[in-house]
Order: sequence, then C-alpha cells, then structure tokens
Amino acid sequence: MEGQAILTTPLANTIGVWIGAFLTLMIFSFLYRDNPFYKFAEHLFVGISAAYWMTVAFWTTLIPNLFARLWPSHMGGVLPSAVGNEREWQYVIPLVLGLILLTRLVSRIAWFSRWAMAFVIGFAAGTNFTRYLQSDFVSQIQSTMVPLYEPGAGVGAAIGGIFSQLVIVGGVICAIIYFYFSKEHKGGFGKAARVGIWVLMAAFGASFGYTVMARISLLTGRMSYLIQWVSGANW
Amino acid sequence: MKRTIPLMITFIVGISLILAIFIPHDPFHGLDSNFSIFYDVIAVFAFILGGGNLLKVHLRKIQDKRLDWKYSIVTVSGFGLMLGAGLLKIGVDGGWSGDYQGAGGLFNYLYDAAFQPLQATMFSLLAFFVASASYRAFRAKTREATILLVAAFIILIRPTPLGYYLTFWLPKPLQFLHIPNLSTWVLSVPNMAGQRAIMIGIALGIVSTSLRLILGIERSYLGSEGKG
Repeated sequence: MEGQAILTTPLANTIGVWIGAFLTLMIFSFLYRDNPFYKFAEHLFVGISAAYWMTVAFWTTLIPNLFARLWPSHMGGVLPSAVGNEREWQYVIPLVLGLILLTRLVSRIAWFSRWAMAFVIGFAAGTNFTRYLQSDFVSQIQSTMVPLYEPGAGVGAAIGGIFSQLVIVGGVICAIIYFYFSKEHKGGFGKAARVGIWVLMAAFGASFGYTVMARISLLTGRMSYLIQWVSGANW
Repeated sequence: MKRTIPLMITFIVGISLILAIFIPHDPFHGLDSNFSIFYDVIAVFAFILGGGNLLKVHLRKIQDKRLDWKYSIVTVSGFGLMLGAGLLKIGVDGGWSGDYQGAGGLFNYLYDAAFQPLQATMFSLLAFFVASASYRAFRAKTREATILLVAAFIILIRPTPLGYYLTFWLPKPLQFLHIPNLSTWVLSVPNMAGQRAIMIGIALGIVSTSLRLILGIERSYLGSEGKG
C-alpha cells in the first residue's frame, strides 16, 4: 500500500517522464551512430520486454488456465472465483509437457523437449489444416465469385461496379497464375502472370504505404512526447 | 524415444483435431478448445524457457567478461526488476488478489516509464529506415516499380490536406479520380485482389505443410536426428 502511495505522487510521475524521455533520446542517438547510450537502452529493452511478456503470460494464462484448474482450493488469495471449482485432472498433461519443454535448458536431456514441441506442431497442423481451408481458401474464393451486376444501382455505379469486380476476379486469377511455377511463364500464360505481378505490386504498394504511415505516426507520437517533456506539460 | 514418440504425438494430436471437425461427439467433442488451452499453457512455458535462456546467455557473458559484458548487467537487472515487480505485484492495491497491472504498482510504473517509451521509439526508428528504403523503391525504373510507387503514393497522401486539394477541383464525371476516392478504390480492388491471391496461396501452402507434418514426412522440427 505504501508503494502505491509513492508511485502515484507527482514526483514519481515526473521521474517517470524524465526516464521515458532519456530512454527515447538514447534510442534516437542511434541515428547518428551506434554508441554506448543506444546499447544501454537496447539491452534494457531486451530484459524488460522479456520479463513483461513472461509476467503477462503468467497472470493471464498460467494462473487461470493451469493452477486454478489443478489446485482451485489453493487459489483463494490470488483468484477467489476459482475456489470451489472441481479439479480438472486433464490439465496435468500441459503441465507435464510444459515442464518437459524446460529440459531444453539442460543439454544432456534437451531431446525430451521434442515431446512438447511435437504437441505444439501437431496442434498447429491439425487446427490450421481445417481453419485455413475454410477461412483463407474456400471463403476467399466465395467472396471473389460474386454477381457482376447488382440491380438497383445507377448506370455509372453499375459500370464502375462491373469494372471493379472484373478487376478483382481477373486480378486474383492472374496473381495465382504468377504463383504457379510448374508451367513455364510463356505465351498467354506468361502474359497473365505478368498482369499478376502488376496486381501484386499494387497490393505491395498499398501495404508499403500503410507501413510508412504507421511508422511516421509512431515517430510523431514520440516527438510529441519529447516536446511535452521539454515544455514540462507532462511532468 | 527420441524420434518415434514425437512423431506419434504429432500424428495423434493433428489427426484428432481434424476428426473433431467431422465427429462432434465424444471423445472428440470439445477437443479443440481443450487442446487450445493446453497449447496456451505450453506457450507460457516457452516464454519461461525464453527468459531462462536469456539469463543463461547473459550470465555466462558476464561471468566470462566477454565483449560488451557490462551491458548484459543492464539486461539482467531490467529483466529481474520487471519480473519481480510483476510476479510479486509490488505496490499493487489489493495485494495478491489485486490487478498486477493496477495503477500505482511498480510493474505498471515501469511499463509507462520504460517499456512503452522504449518499444514505441524502437519501432518509430524504423520510419527513418523506411524513408531510405522508399527512396530506393520509388525510383520508377520499371513498370512494376511504377505501379508500386503510384499505389503507395495514393495511399500515403490520402489522409493529408494535399491529397484533397490536389484533385478536389475535378468535374463530377471524373470524381472517381479524386485522391480519397481513388485511394479507396486501390485498397478495395487491386489491393484486395493481390491480398486474396496471396491468402489463397498461403492457405494451400499451410494445408500441404500441415499434412506433411501430421503424416511425419516433414521432420525438420526434430532437428538433425529427425532425418531418415
């Protein structure tokens, strides 16, 4: 409780802002060249982020999905809602597999970790097999094969709609042709593959534009933080 | 033991999940959600393994006083501080049953003061490298590069005032060439066509790789002893 009182004071907030600002400048110093300040911030980021994700995984997955299912009566202080639930013995399996995974740290018995990896691979293969067939294969084809003309639209909109739909259908077919390497890209097939490249380039251009926008938006955010720090607005 | 059991586990788990789609009755009923939780739990152990490995590597570096070993002290200290603050819920209102990310807690404080600024700045640094990559990509030397350039340019200037003022004067019949309209069209037509083709290709690749894994044809995840 005392800790909470200290960390919510204006002084603690100011110190936090200054730490954040210095760390921001340390990272940006890399734009000049690699230097000790950047290395310090980089190494700190590695340690802190590993611990952050471990902690989040521990409290959001391990406690409610493993410990609360295996030892519900012991969860009174941490997860009171689990107390009174029946023990679910099948969750011994992920516990054992998880512990087996940790044998990777001991080189003499590291091969044991393959059992846990085999479960992970089997699960990913089994679920993705059907999931991707449904959502990324069948449904994408279904969404592409739609009527060209929609009754009720004006002449201009109808022409535009038909043109757009033809571009989508033709674009998808040509781009898939480009990915087909069992036949040489010559003649009509080659021309279709060429159009496929153009469609893919348009898609990559759009993705590139979005990526640039996202990075610049992050940069703007950091600059805004530094301006507020210099002016003392966020102290 | 080293090869046969992992192959059997992969086969049984993979086949059971495929059968569960077609047989929604016991013993396959609910297998998907149960295995999904098992998978999540094992993933947490993978995080722990990652943390353990990080400590192992950096502690050895410090012990051997290898190049830049002093920075490893920063990594280990940051790791220990953040992990301790989060697992012990230091400063959190409500003690052990309180929210580990609660306001006033040391974990939350470190997140705001260090983790969030470091992460955002690290990613924003990429803006500068993307700018240099753009320079190379935007030299319209070929037809393909020109299409990439035009698509990216239209998307980039759309949210700016320039994107509006550049083409707002176009007459009504040519309004489809107005940058905001054109940008929407690029996103919803050629971009979608390209993305769909990529998604269909990826789906086919995943399905075939999944089958190879389940049937034990693909064994690279077993390491060098998986061959043969």
